[in-house]
Amino acid sequence: MRPWLVFKLLLHPIRLAQARIDAWVMSRVKRQPGPIPVPRTRVYIVPTRFGYGYAFMGLVMLLGSMNYSNSMGFLLTFLLGALGLVCMHHTHGNLVNVQLRSGKAPPVFAGEVAHFEILVDNPAPAQRYSFSLAWPKDSQPPVMTDVPAQGTATLRIALPAERRGWLPARVFSLSTEFPLGLFHAWTWAELDTACLVYPKPAAAGRMPPPASGAIGQMPSNIAGQDEFAGLRNYHRGDPMKSVHWKSLPKSPSAPMVKQFTELLDQELWLEWDALGDLDLESRLSQLTRWVLDMEDRQHAYGLRLPGVLLKPGRGEIHQNDCLRALALYKPG
Amino acid sequence: MKAATLSDYLNQVSLLRLIAVLALVLVVHLPSLPTWEAVLVVAGLGWRLLIALRQWQLPPAWLRTSIAVLSLVGIYASYGRIHGQVPGIALLMIMSVLKLLEMRSRRDVMVTVFLMYFILLTHFLNSQEIWTAGYLLVCASAITALLIDVNHPGEALPLKKILASGSKMVAISLPVTLLFFLLFPRIPGPLWGIPSDAGASLTGMSNEMAPGDISNLIMSDRHAFSVKFFDREPPPRERYWRGPVFDSFDGRAWKSSGISQRVQTPDVELLPPAVRYEIIVEPHRGPWMFALDIPDPATRPDKSFIASEYQLMKGRDVITRELHVLISHPNHILQKELPDLTRRVNLSLPRDFNPRTVALARQLQAEHATPEAIVQATLRMFRQEPFVYTLQPPPLGRNSVDDFLFKTRRGFCEHYSSAFTFLMRAAGIPTRVVTGYQGGERNELGDFFRVTDADAHAWSEVWLEGKGWVRVDPTAAVAPNRIELGLSEAMQDSGELPSFLQRGGLNWIRDNLTTQWDWMNTQWNRWVLAYGPEVQMDLMRRIGIEDWRGMIIALTVSASLILGIIGLLLLRQFTPARNQEVAVRLWAQLQKRLLRAGIAQRPAEGAGSFADRVALETPELGDAVRRAATIYQQLRYLEGATPALQEELARAIKAIRS
Repeated sequence: MRPWLVFKLLLHPIRLAQARIDAWVMSRVKRQPGPIPVPRTRVYIVPTRFGYGYAFMGLVMLLGSMNYSNSMGFLLTFLLGALGLVCMHHTHGNLVNVQLRSGKAPPVFAGEVAHFEILVDNPAPAQRYSFSLAWPKDSQPPVMTDVPAQGTATLRIALPAERRGWLPARVFSLSTEFPLGLFHAWTWAELDTACLVYPKPAAAGRMPPPASGAIGQMPSNIAGQDEFAGLRNYHRGDPMKSVHWKSLPKSPSAPMVKQFTELLDQELWLEWDALGDLDLESRLSQLTRWVLDMEDRQHAYGLRLPGVLLKPGRGEIHQNDCLRALALYKPG
Repeated sequence: MKAATLSDYLNQVSLLRLIAVLALVLVVHLPSLPTWEAVLVVAGLGWRLLIALRQWQLPPAWLRTSIAVLSLVGIYASYGRIHGQVPGIALLMIMSVLKLLEMRSRRDVMVTVFLMYFILLTHFLNSQEIWTAGYLLVCASAITALLIDVNHPGEALPLKKILASGSKMVAISLPVTLLFFLLFPRIPGPLWGIPSDAGASLTGMSNEMAPGDISNLIMSDRHAFSVKFFDREPPPRERYWRGPVFDSFDGRAWKSSGISQRVQTPDVELLPPAVRYEIIVEPHRGPWMFALDIPDPATRPDKSFIASEYQLMKGRDVITRELHVLISHPNHILQKELPDLTRRVNLSLPRDFNPRTVALARQLQAEHATPEAIVQATLRMFRQEPFVYTLQPPPLGRNSVDDFLFKTRRGFCEHYSSAFTFLMRAAGIPTRVVTGYQGGERNELGDFFRVTDADAHAWSEVWLEGKGWVRVDPTAAVAPNRIELGLSEAMQDSGELPSFLQRGGLNWIRDNLTTQWDWMNTQWNRWVLAYGPEVQMDLMRRIGIEDWRGMIIALTVSASLILGIIGLLLLRQFTPARNQEVAVRLWAQLQKRLLRAGIAQRPAEGAGSFADRVALETPELGDAVRRAATIYQQLRYLEGATPALQEELARAIKAIRS
């Protein structure tokens, strides 16, 4: 048997006890909208591996000093011991009395990584150092930051978004080992925040069915931003970016403005029913792809799902509405 | 809980700081290393520095391994072994430098920090002078600062900041450190034995007295011990500090015969006055404790015994500073009845040595009736004949005593005691050589005597019927000043003294400074270095603690108390300032209450709109919260923040029950 396996077996009861303790601690964590204060009673602290090594070293040094009856050796040993204890208070104090709030969690597509913003407030007059934020049992390195005195630090913590819908933030730990790395102080918190996960867009390729009653595209007379339609004289209030700078040196007193017309589809509907050959998630994926494509091409589009109807439109807000409807769609 | 991994990359600034701290820890060891290793250590540090600055490659593994193997061979070649204290320290230094040469990450720093603490500790095995305390604090602060730096990810913190934080942490730790130092029960060492090469490599008295031994010894300025007399201070001629006693002569050197092991401690009759004193013996690689004259066996310290020639001895070599309080009796009758074996040993002489001296002894025996008269006659001879006391005696031949007594007549205490003892034995009087120290220089500041190797001395003891062993110092007959005033006074004009014993000129200032420095050193030795089981117990009894259990209780209680205070002070630093306004504090209470029910005031919400929302979402709380919000608004934004109104708000908040 390999030695590490023996070691692991020996540690098994300890790990079991640890799991029980963890479960008990976790059950005390309540999901809260925030801000979540971190009082003394919610800060846990244990020695790190380096801390155990330090203690062992102190013991060896103590035995050495006893053996040689070396007074300076005793002084050094006791100083290291006292430093360790003072460090424990430092590490603990570093974490006590902060406040946790949730920040933004911008929507992502399924299969991407969601980023939750977590704000750490430090209402105290002393700066705090080396906070790290992580989900429990997560292999990726934690995100770390300092928090200035009476200030706020923003930490962004990543969570893979696997499925569409709301992705709630999990319980996370805020921890610190500052200043000496001998102790690990942490607190568990669960902020009532979630990230919206849009369906994963299907692979490009399939085109939306032609819109009902719309054959081709007709230029409308509504001034828009899509297609260049000529120049006209400048009026007060025209946006800077529409000024035709090239012609400005020729007639500096009368600047010209580029004019565009908007292309307007006639009623391009993205239809749930048009995708009868696919299963539910694939349909949503395909619709998501179309929404993105249409937005890309500056088409106006509407979305029709069972029980959901979004009138044709364009722009970021409209797109987000559509994606949101797709993300949160519940059949029947 | 698994330790969170810091971003493992160690930035250049932190690395340079690490090299600086390691250099600080290593530098005091350099002089005691063999030259090749000192060069290797410095070169290793310099190399790592260049690697960091010039972005060179780290040395490959095979190169590091070869350096390690070669160093091991080198240490074996230099010391003849690779275990033991001195080679161990040498190995530790090499290891720290090799670790530095493979260092990339923050994790490696931790290993180096352990090595640094150990190297720091080993330094105190060589030297525990006053300055080492300052050095200890500086190094501890620097290593702490380094740890702070390493535990901060990303950009390195400003140097000033980490140094300030490091020293502050060390300063905060000092009270607890001192408590532990005072109260942690000390047990008499050693626990597992001490390597033969332990301790400082200073030697004092040796196991035999060959010609030239003592005159070599007095050329060193090594501090042997200091003494403080409590009530009665004996005059110089009574200050004989008893060390090795020799009863066997081989024609050249005096040694100890093996009978000590077979003979029990002799009986002694102690006569008043008693002299009580405190002695701090410096480590000297011998078992002798140098008690004054004849010590009272009742005051004998732990793990010590009184040998057959009545020397106070430790069961092992004295390798640490030791403080003892003893009582001695200058007036005594030692061994009234002389056992046959002891008599035989103390009369034995090597065959066919010093025929003229033997003849002289016969003559003395014939002329004088009693042993006392023979002793007196011999001392008279030393006084009246042209004997000279000198530190540079001419060499002696095979019959050293004959040569000395009849030809050269120039010698040092060892010559006089050796010749006297030989003569007395030849005249049938049991006699032996006693070595040790005599005199000592008084320090005016501290009211104590400092005895150095320059005070080393040899005298004789004769056994007289009814009087037991009686001290006879033939040197006193030749050079009374040596006994009354000390070596440096006696020899001032001879030009033979080592420079540290000469007077005059600038030396006067130096002497003055030396006095103060000696005083400080003695205080340091007294209170810090000699603080062992006995001193501790003595101090504890004075403050009413009887045993180690009491010490542990006192230690636990006081250390917890101090740590509690430190913890509270630190927490206060991390606590938001209390809002001065009563209404704000009360409102925070309300928020806390509602948060328990899962209702939180949003950052953009005023008190009024919050109360409205609560009323909408949780109607049963609505009225109470609205009422509180109204009073709160009145308190904060309208006039009239009366105590009555504040109380009303408090009541209104208490009335909210979720």
